[in-house]
Amino acid sequence: MTDTTRFIPDRLQSPLERRLKSWETLLLAVAVAIFIVNSFTSPYFLNAWNLSDMTFNFTEKAMIAFAMALLIIAGEIDLSVASIIALASTAMGAAVQIGLGTPGLVLVGLGVGLICGAFNGFLVTKMGLPSIVVTIGTMSLFRGISYIVLGDQAYRGYPSDFSFFGQGYVFWVISFEFVLFAIIALVYFVILHKTNFGRAVYAIGNNPVGAEFSGIRVARVKFILFLLTGLMSGVAAICLTSRLASTRPSIAFGWELEIVTMVVLGGVSILGGSGSIPGVVIAAFVMGLVTFGLGLLNVPGIVMSIVIGALLIGVIALPRLWEKWRT
Amino acid sequence: MQKQILMSREVLLTGAIVLLLAIISTRFPAFIAPSNLANVFNDTAPLILLAIGQMIVILTRCIDLSVAANLALTGMVVSMINVAMPGLPVPIIIFIAVAFGALLGMVNGVLVWKLEIPPIVVTLGTMTIFRGTIFLLSEGKWINAHEFSETFKAFPRTELLGLPLMSWIAIAAVIFFSVVMSRTTLGRAFYAAGGNPHAATYAGIDVGRTQFWAFTISGALAGLTGYLWVSRFAVAFVDLAGGFELSVVAACVIGGVAIMGGIGTVVGAMLGALFLGIISNALPVVNISPFWQLAISGGAIIIAVALNAQANREKGRIILKRAEHAT
Repeated sequence: MTDTTRFIPDRLQSPLERRLKSWETLLLAVAVAIFIVNSFTSPYFLNAWNLSDMTFNFTEKAMIAFAMALLIIAGEIDLSVASIIALASTAMGAAVQIGLGTPGLVLVGLGVGLICGAFNGFLVTKMGLPSIVVTIGTMSLFRGISYIVLGDQAYRGYPSDFSFFGQGYVFWVISFEFVLFAIIALVYFVILHKTNFGRAVYAIGNNPVGAEFSGIRVARVKFILFLLTGLMSGVAAICLTSRLASTRPSIAFGWELEIVTMVVLGGVSILGGSGSIPGVVIAAFVMGLVTFGLGLLNVPGIVMSIVIGALLIGVIALPRLWEKWRT
Repeated sequence: MQKQILMSREVLLTGAIVLLLAIISTRFPAFIAPSNLANVFNDTAPLILLAIGQMIVILTRCIDLSVAANLALTGMVVSMINVAMPGLPVPIIIFIAVAFGALLGMVNGVLVWKLEIPPIVVTLGTMTIFRGTIFLLSEGKWINAHEFSETFKAFPRTELLGLPLMSWIAIAAVIFFSVVMSRTTLGRAFYAAGGNPHAATYAGIDVGRTQFWAFTISGALAGLTGYLWVSRFAVAFVDLAGGFELSVVAACVIGGVAIMGGIGTVVGAMLGALFLGIISNALPVVNISPFWQLAISGGAIIIAVALNAQANREKGRIILKRAEHAT
């Protein structure tokens, strides 16, 4: 059983000390360390264009990870995000076939994302079903629909101006995706840390019943969070489809795992109630640097997935082992 | 009381299965010939074995997403042992498969029990680690039919009283675990630990250790299925049974296992597995593309979990009514 006695410290930590000992600082140190190691192990690492390419490893996933962070802080989870990408991408591919232009495609992508998010949100908040099972179900349902539509075929022939979202550069090596990633990070930082809505998200994660009694419309907030993850999956689908310039039903397969890993690595408690956007941003860079560094060393993708799986368990296990060892 | 038995999940599900078979037989009468039904059962045997293990894990409020990866890793390990030592008798191979699978399950169990990491995080992580390990062991190569020894391949096909051993193993597991779950202390502890962890703790049940044994059993069954799978299909490779964990969870949810723990039966899990097995066998027969499979199991999960929630809600009300009558 957990110990309920609380220790009251003799002296509060100074803000600087607290910041130095935070998860974000630790993560930043890890990121810098990986950066330095990478630049020594591969001569191709320290190159502006290579580093710019590196950002594509995480920008799309991180866009979803921000929304996922809010959802996990509120005590829910969405495992269907990668399947929403597949469905939104398939819908965009189908829209190309009937002759829709780039603005139409963007609307289709965002719309499908919103509809999928609303569907998840409806099942969880209105029907009162556990989000883990619901989104495991919709994870196969959404991708299943892509398989029904596409089978073993692929959609191609996206309009040439559509390629800007995933392949365009705003300035020198700064890609459009990276700018979008930065803007979205800022928006989510403001939402989570500077608004009433953000405080409500924390309150719900810490104590849903208490939040309900203090006048927060828990179901509505959760519904909006599912809408946001759906919407961000739609945005990611537009970027990824534009970058690959083709759609197969297996697109973004297994991304939900990497996105959840990114969120948890960023210091968000999987049990809800705590976490921060800067943490997720640094975690995105850490994961991007690790996969890019291993890629430069010719490590195959599936071995990288071992590293990611181990990271996921390790970042949660190590602090707990440390606690156990100290007491 | 009689009404309760009539309306029980198992009876309803049996009714649904009979109905499903009736619909299929109108389009393809040969489907319900006893020999074909025996084939369908044999095809579904792996799903039944895994669903039993998954049900026990879900009973204790956990989830095991690593079963399919465990199956594939154990399958690869026993295949490599068979290639290296073709003379090793099958009973020893089976023993190795069960022990190795149980060992992998114990890894999940220890992380959940001792470090109190949420099961979904643990098994998402071990899922990718197990898959990656198969790649490291096999270097991405397949082990094909001609490399296995004859006895290794023959075992699951050997017929006894008209049914292959594969089917008999599934039947034996259903009977064995029905007895374990209803007649042993450990079996009851699984229900208690998931139904009400606090009460279980006060009753002297170590909830964490119970969860550890649930993962161990799930792992052992996955290991056993791993051998049966590679020997039946005479092939072992990295992506063997990829995504199968979703079908396993689907089978449990359809079989009336409550994802919040404490509710579920072995027979229910078996019926849930059979329901999915019949659908996947019937799709090609009634001329529907196999690409529908994924969406159908996703839809089935969502419908089943909605029905479960409804049924459990009403059950609560009935208890209250009866209590009112009693006073």
